[in-house]
Amino acid sequence: MEPIERHTIAVLVDNEAGVLARVIGLFSGRGYNIESLTVAEVDPENAISRITVVTSGTPMIIAQIKAQLDRLVPVHRICDLTDGGASVERELALVKVRGTGNKRVEALRISDIFRARAIDSTNNSFVFEISGSPEKIDAFIKLMRTLGLVEISRTGAVAIARGAKGI
Amino acid sequence: MRDRLLFDWKRWETMAKRKLSGSDIVIQSLIDAGVDTIFGYPGGAVLPIYDALFKQNRLKHVLVRQEGGAVHMAEGYARSTGKLGVVLVTSGPGATNAVTGLTDALMDSIPVLCLTGQVPTHLIGNDAFQEADTTGITRPCTKHNYLVRDVKDLGRVMQEAMYVARSGRPGPVVIDLPKDVLINETTFETGKKLPVKHKTYRPQIKGDNSKIREAVELIAKAKRPLFYCGGGVVNSGPRGSKLLTEFVRMTGYPITLTLMGLGAFPATDKKFLGMVGMHGTYESNLAMHDCDVMINIGARFDDRVTGLISEFSPDSKKIHVDIDPSSINKNVAVDVPIIGDCASVLAEMIKVWKEIKPRKDTKAINSWWNQIEKWRKRDCLAYKQSKDIIKPQYALERLQALTKDRDTYITTEVGQHQMWAAQYIKFNQPNRWMTSGGLGTMGYGFPAAIGVQMAHPKATVVDISGEASFQMNIQEMSTAMQYRLPVKVFILNNEYMGMVRQWQELLYGSRYSESYTASLPDFVKLAESYGAVGLRATKPSEVDDVIKEMLNNDQFTIVDVAIDKGENCFPMIPSGAPHNEMLLGPEDEAAKPTSEDGMVLV
Ligand SMILES: Cc1cc2nc3c(=O)[nH]c(=O)nc-3n(C[C@H](O)[C@H](O)[C@H](O)COP(=O)(O)OP(=O)(O)OC[C@H]3O[C@@H](n4cnc5c(N)ncnc54)[C@H](O)[C@@H]3O)c2cc1C
Ligand SMILES: Cc1ncc(C[n+]2csc(CCOP(=O)(O)OP(=O)(O)O)c2C)c(N)n1
Ligand SMILES: [Mg+2]
Repeated sequence: MEPIERHTIAVLVDNEAGVLARVIGLFSGRGYNIESLTVAEVDPENAISRITVVTSGTPMIIAQIKAQLDRLVPVHRICDLTDGGASVERELALVKVRGTGNKRVEALRISDIFRARAIDSTNNSFVFEISGSPEKIDAFIKLMRTLGLVEISRTGAVAIARGAKGI
Repeated sequence: MRDRLLFDWKRWETMAKRKLSGSDIVIQSLIDAGVDTIFGYPGGAVLPIYDALFKQNRLKHVLVRQEGGAVHMAEGYARSTGKLGVVLVTSGPGATNAVTGLTDALMDSIPVLCLTGQVPTHLIGNDAFQEADTTGITRPCTKHNYLVRDVKDLGRVMQEAMYVARSGRPGPVVIDLPKDVLINETTFETGKKLPVKHKTYRPQIKGDNSKIREAVELIAKAKRPLFYCGGGVVNSGPRGSKLLTEFVRMTGYPITLTLMGLGAFPATDKKFLGMVGMHGTYESNLAMHDCDVMINIGARFDDRVTGLISEFSPDSKKIHVDIDPSSINKNVAVDVPIIGDCASVLAEMIKVWKEIKPRKDTKAINSWWNQIEKWRKRDCLAYKQSKDIIKPQYALERLQALTKDRDTYITTEVGQHQMWAAQYIKFNQPNRWMTSGGLGTMGYGFPAAIGVQMAHPKATVVDISGEASFQMNIQEMSTAMQYRLPVKVFILNNEYMGMVRQWQELLYGSRYSESYTASLPDFVKLAESYGAVGLRATKPSEVDDVIKEMLNNDQFTIVDVAIDKGENCFPMIPSGAPHNEMLLGPEDEAAKPTSEDGMVLV
């Protein structure tokens, strides 16, 4: 068996009705994994959106995923950020924690270590904003679990290649 | 006389400068693109288009009896001409009835444009009368689809859709048309041509030169080469087949074709080993298994062809030419992938071949041919002739003999009769063979034959049919009569869903669960009730007579051929078995039980 690899793929698409459904339908219809998927318009003038999808599979499946994506009519370009040299990947999360006393102090102390910001607070709760690699966010959430974690909202990863060149 | 017969060209010309309604834009765009025939069925949401149709006489509309039939007709029309097939259906049930045909066209890469009516834009999402989420439903079964919300976009979308359907790997495209968009008006320039480049969709036609050179060098050095070619060659037009034939003859190598590729290389040429795959010939499949260089041109390593993937052609270097990058390395990893159009790549291969003037390994090639001739001697398509019962193979051999000198087009339904047709009818040209390969849609062949006959009014068009399949779109008899189409339906009647019965016999202990086709109509009387010709053969001695009678009349004809009810289709590679474990006849049946892995496969 070929090894399973995790890949982050950027897809530039025409921002037209149904384009996200096409991409998601392709993954579900062909049984590919989606670990996360984010989408937003990046070029309003030309109505182009960028989808960042994190997926996993054998090298043959990953190649298939890219070929299948590329064959969708509204797709402009595909870029495999995992294959194409170094890239940076970031995710944003909002994390709500409830607690008083020691736990509250400890939550604030850890958020500081992780460079998370408290963007809302009450007498017995915080909402932290944290960004970083998905692994860093996982680690932060794990620590918050023991300190009164209430709710998490994550964006999924966005990524871009390092260096001066665009895709 | 109604005004449609006194067509007013002036009116069109002034309209060209005036504002046009959405419906007029639809009609005019089709005419501008050279479309002459559309297959459709009316309903509330498309009444504006039907009204526009009424007022013109350049587009011929064929009224079908069920929308599913319309799409297969368009497929038959498209596959037999290389042109676009066009369908027009209403919203809701009209659109959902078209879904099977669209999926069929997607699987077999057939260019079809399907226009669907939709409820007016302000009602979309309200569960309005005859509303269906057509773009949602058809997204996975089309190459692309559109919902037009503004009449200003309609002209562009029409052109884009036809371009997408026809270019690259062809396929079905749906345009969903809300009723208000059909009624609203906008200025529209008729005769405006499509911009050469689409914004995002630009399939690669020319193959990479260095890869082509690498491939040709590999081909030149081969000791046990085999061409394995498919529907992509047919898709690339008559030039594709011509160049393929030229290249194969130049090399002197053997060639096998897929079900979809039949006719891409002349079947009567000695280099043709017959069809490959589950019901392919012994020599083709063993050559696939043993070859050292496989030259795949426009075929997609379908599971009906590869059998057990892990044992598929284990010792060969594989070259794969395909216009769709997603076909490459999908099922089988290849050594030399070439993305491009078959005709263009073949032309380049021929050029390089002439340029390098290869010295083939003649000794090795000769011994390869000797081996192939030994396999051929097994005569895997031989069958036991009978005096009293008509063997399906015999009926088709006679059909082949009596139609081979005519301008003949063959369509099929799905089942044993389809496989026998593929084995016994010889195609020397592309676009003469219309069958549902990828989806395997029973009910395809009869409407497809109607579509073919619309495109080729003078030709002999025969649907080789099964009594079960024919009933899936039997309502189109009325269509054939209305347009006086002399289509021939040649039913190999075994009173069984024979292909199902065969699997039940081989894999389920002959428990024939629900595969008997009971309560059949009397097909002769049925034909007569429509005013068509009905013929029947029950003995081998009658076969020639009914075929001749069928060919000699210029009317829609149904021939009911009572064949051996127990006959099975051989050779057969059971699902999940490798090529060198094929069953050649009834005596092989018990010998090799199918593995559990194989049982889950279809
Ligand atoms: C009951 C039944 C039994 C069957 N048994 C068999 C069998 O024994 N043997 C068999 O072969 N099939 C069999 N089939 C059919 C099978 O399911 C597939 O439909 C068929 O094998 C596919 O043919 P193909 O590989 O030629 O591909 P197609 O489906 O014709 O696909 C064409 C390929 O060519 C590419 N292409 C398209 N246009 C171009 C172009 N211009 N240039 C380059 N490439 C292009 C496409 O991207 C695609 O990859 C059977 C079907 C049924 C219903
Ligand atoms: C729409 C559809 N439903 C079911 C099947 C499964 N199926 C494949 S072959 C077959 C039997 C076909 O019977 P018939 O048309 O009589 O042909 P025969 O095999 O007897 O030649 C069936 C049911 C199919 N291919 N298509
Ligand atoms: Mg039958």
